[in-house]
Formats: sequence, structure tokens, C-alpha cells
Amino acid sequence: MKTTLSSKARRNFLVGISQTSALAVTGGLLWSFIIKREARAMPFALRPPGALAEADFSALCIKCGQCVLDCPYDTLYLANSADSIPIGTPYFIPREIPCYMCDDIPCMNACPTGALSPTLEKIEDARMGLAVIDIENCLSWQGLRCEICHRECPLKDKAISVEHHQRKLSKHAMFVPLVHSEACTGCGICEKACPTDEAAIKVVQADLVQGAIGQHYRLGWKQEGQISQEFKTVPIPEQPVEATGLDYLNEGDL
Amino acid sequence: MPATEQRLGPNGKPVRSLELAPGLWPWLVNYRHLLLRRCSQLGVLLLFFGSAHWSWALLEQPLLSGNLSSSSILGLIPLADPFAVLQIFVTQHVLEQEVVLGAALVLTFYWIVGGRAWCSWVCPVNLVEDLASNLRNRLKINNAFHLPRQTKFIVLIVALLLSALTGVAAFEWISPIGVMHREILFGIGLGWLSIIGIFVFDLLVLRHGWCGRLCPLGAFYSLVGKYSLLKMHFDGPTCTHCGDCIKVCPEPQVLNLNQATTIGYIKSGDCTHCGRCISVCPEDTLAFNWRSLNKQSQQINHPLDDNYRRKSS
Repeated sequence: MKTTLSSKARRNFLVGISQTSALAVTGGLLWSFIIKREARAMPFALRPPGALAEADFSALCIKCGQCVLDCPYDTLYLANSADSIPIGTPYFIPREIPCYMCDDIPCMNACPTGALSPTLEKIEDARMGLAVIDIENCLSWQGLRCEICHRECPLKDKAISVEHHQRKLSKHAMFVPLVHSEACTGCGICEKACPTDEAAIKVVQADLVQGAIGQHYRLGWKQEGQISQEFKTVPIPEQPVEATGLDYLNEGDL
Repeated sequence: MPATEQRLGPNGKPVRSLELAPGLWPWLVNYRHLLLRRCSQLGVLLLFFGSAHWSWALLEQPLLSGNLSSSSILGLIPLADPFAVLQIFVTQHVLEQEVVLGAALVLTFYWIVGGRAWCSWVCPVNLVEDLASNLRNRLKINNAFHLPRQTKFIVLIVALLLSALTGVAAFEWISPIGVMHREILFGIGLGWLSIIGIFVFDLLVLRHGWCGRLCPLGAFYSLVGKYSLLKMHFDGPTCTHCGDCIKVCPEPQVLNLNQATTIGYIKSGDCTHCGRCISVCPEDTLAFNWRSLNKQSQQINHPLDDNYRRKSS
């Protein structure tokens, strides 16, 4: 009798444990699904200066909104549950209010966790995004004189330069703006200033538009001094051993 | 009714209910904990809101900048939600000192005043919960199913495991507390839907379903509260076992009166220090007091006193 009781108790205990863990695992799976969907809700969000790479930023941001409150221009929003931006995280919409690149970077200094990394010393080194020009709708690229983005750019001539295209037959001479990724901070002042109905210059996260050439291309005219004219032996990958018999036609016997 | 009035408690005194003296002042004094709690809950919200939107400042520094996840007082003293910081910590990301210090300060504060004092004195969801609970009492709705109070500890463990596995602070991404608080401060989105969800769940499905059984933050503070310095003290000999405290308590399992008589205070960390029991106790048996640290050795673990609970309900 005693053994049946204890085995019943043991059974109840084991069933209880299994039910609890089954619930925990199912709930956990559902929960992680929501998190994963939410955390990658929109890779297009423009983060405040100093923000770490998106995965690290998502982990470290405690969603306190102190960066939002400390921005003197009210540039930043804290994503709410109706936005398509990961919930509770700060972002900005340049066409509404761009980042005016304060020298003391108050938003970054307000961040208690380091999601906006204090390693950013100069605002010019911030990489919030990259400006991209739609040359089909850019006034300057149509031959009109505009270049507003160039004049408004806080890193004028470094981040946005103007190139003179000479007049050709039946065409205007053109002064076309060009963005340079090595200097563009992604502040979005150009996007705010663009006079077209829909901005013809937009800030997006750099990795959405930027390619990568690859290490093996040598641009000799750009790398003067770095590349010598000396012939360097390149290690040749080992050839696969050919099957015997393939070469018999060349052998002396025939 | 006269029969119940003649019932005697274990101390030989007749069992009676609290009868308040007429007038506003006795009422105010009696329900001071409830009133102070509402002031505290709304006051914290107001401090955050005023600092954010009406530029409330002292010495040109915002009074309380941020939200309940992390904030700073006068730009000097950092505060942070220790559970959120713990979740970020298990994602193996290196945190700045500021937020760690803030979490330590908040943790120390709740270690002193009682962990789940957070729940009933600060958390905005408590307002929703209390409203649902109140309505539920009036409408006399039964629980749809049983869910043990310990469930919240499993949610706590799952939250930490998921944080480690997914690399983001798991609870912070779905927390209805965070959503409610943020959207009051930073603009309304769809967060009110999750608050309505909690309200309906607590009203129709399960009494204290969210706060008492599911919320991992409550579970976290429950662990803190177990060791806290401020405790609900219980003067055993004066108690007539009328059971009024158990009727109003949102966590009635903590009122284990045998254990409380032995050790002199309510031991469980689930006690939210809301003070409702103080307001209804006719014998002044219950009161907030500091735990004397040398009493720790006298603590005895009794099982839940089911015998008593049955008699009272």
C-alpha cells in the first residue's frame, strides 16, 4: 500500500514537472517569436549618434527615453507600440526634424547603458545613416540651380560636394551634388532642406545602400605608393590530381 | 448576525469587525495607506511627466528625467530597474557604470522598504489591477481556472533564459508595465490594448492574474522582499482570527497567521506592503515595522495554515 502511494506521488510529481516545463517551453517559444519579430521590425530606423550596431543596440537600450528628453531640438522619438520601429527605442525622422549635430552630443551623454556609445568623441564621427540622392528627381541633376543640400550640409564640401558638369549640345551646364560616405554623418539636414515634394536626398541606414568592392580589386590610381610595380609571386592553388588515363593520347606508345 | 458577534477568537476575545467612528478624519486616518499609495503612484507619474513636458526643474536640471526603466534625479543620481539591468547583463553586453549604480540604488531602496512595495506604491499597472479587482468584487465573478501564485517565478526564469538565448532583454520587449508607462510619457500608441488586456483578464478570467501570478518583475521584487528590512508586523496574541485582512489582501497566501504569530511578522516576499490589512483590522494587530536583524535566527518555516483559512472563508 505504501509503495503504491509513493509511486502515485512520484507519478503526480513527474506529471506536474512535465506539465510545467511544457507550458514554460511553449510560452517561451511564443515569447521569443514575438521578441524576434519585434526586434527586427524595421532595419530602417535611424538611431541617435553613437548608437552601436543594431543587434548590440537592441540588447543594451533600456528604453528609458533619456536621450529623447535631452535632445534640445526634439529630434528623437521613442517608438511606441503602434510604430513599425522596435518598441521603446529612440529614432528620428530627418524630414520632420533632423539631427542638428550638437557638439556636446547631449543624447549620447544621457544614455545610461552605453547603447549610445560614449566612445564617440566628435559628432562628425557619428554614422547615423548615409544620404542618398535620387538623381532622377534631384533638381540640380535636371539642370536647375539648386544645391540647397550642399549649402545646408554641416560638413559642406566634405560630406556633400558639388561637381560641375559642362554644358553639352542643347543641354544645361549642371552643378550636381554628390554625397561622400567617408564624411556623411547621416544627420538628415539635407533631407529636411530638400525643396522637392518628396525629398530627392534621403538618409537611410548605410548598409542598406552601400556595397563593398572586395579586397582583390586594385585601383592603382587611388593607391599610389601603396602598390609597387614589383612582380609578386602569388601562391597558386594546388591543382587537383588528374585521373590517370586522361593523358594516354599524348604518350609515346602511339 | 448576533451569533457571529458572540464568536470568540483563540485569545478569548469576541470576534468583531472594524467600526469606524463617524466623520471624515477617522476615515482619512484609517485609509491613509490607500491614499498615500495613490499619491505615490500618481506622484511618480506626474514627476516624470512634469519633467518631460512641463520642464519641471531645480537648479536648471530636470527633476526626474527618463522613465521607470532608467532615470536620473536632477541629472545627478541615476536610477534603473534592477530586473531590466539583470536581463541586459545575461545577454552578455557590457553596461555602463551609471546604469549599474542606478540599479544598485533602486535594489537597496526596495531591500529596505520591501520588494513588492514597488508593485503597490509605484507600478502604474497596479491602478488597473486594483480597479479590476474592485469591480470583480462588486460583480462577484469567479476565477475561470486555477493558476498557482508561483507561476510568476517560472516566467521570471523563462525571461532570463530568453534574454540569454535571444540576446535582448526579453521582458523589456513585451512588458505591459513599460508600454503603459512609456506611452503615458512619450505618446500614445497601441499600448492601451495590452492594458485593456490585463484589465479584462483580471476582471473576467483570473483575480490578480497579472500582478499576482504572471508578472516576472513582481516575482523579482518578491525575492527581494523576502529579505527586506521593513516588514508587516503581526501581534499574534491580539488577533481574534476574524479574517477581515485575508478578505482584502491581494496576496492572501502571505497572511500565514500561525507563522506570523511565531516570528512576529509576515515573512513572505509576496506581501506588497499595500497596508489594506492595517485599514480593516479591528484589533490593530498589524503594523509596519523594521525587522530586527537578530530575530532572524528565530524564524521557523511553517506550512501554510490551511485550517485557519478554511474557517475564515
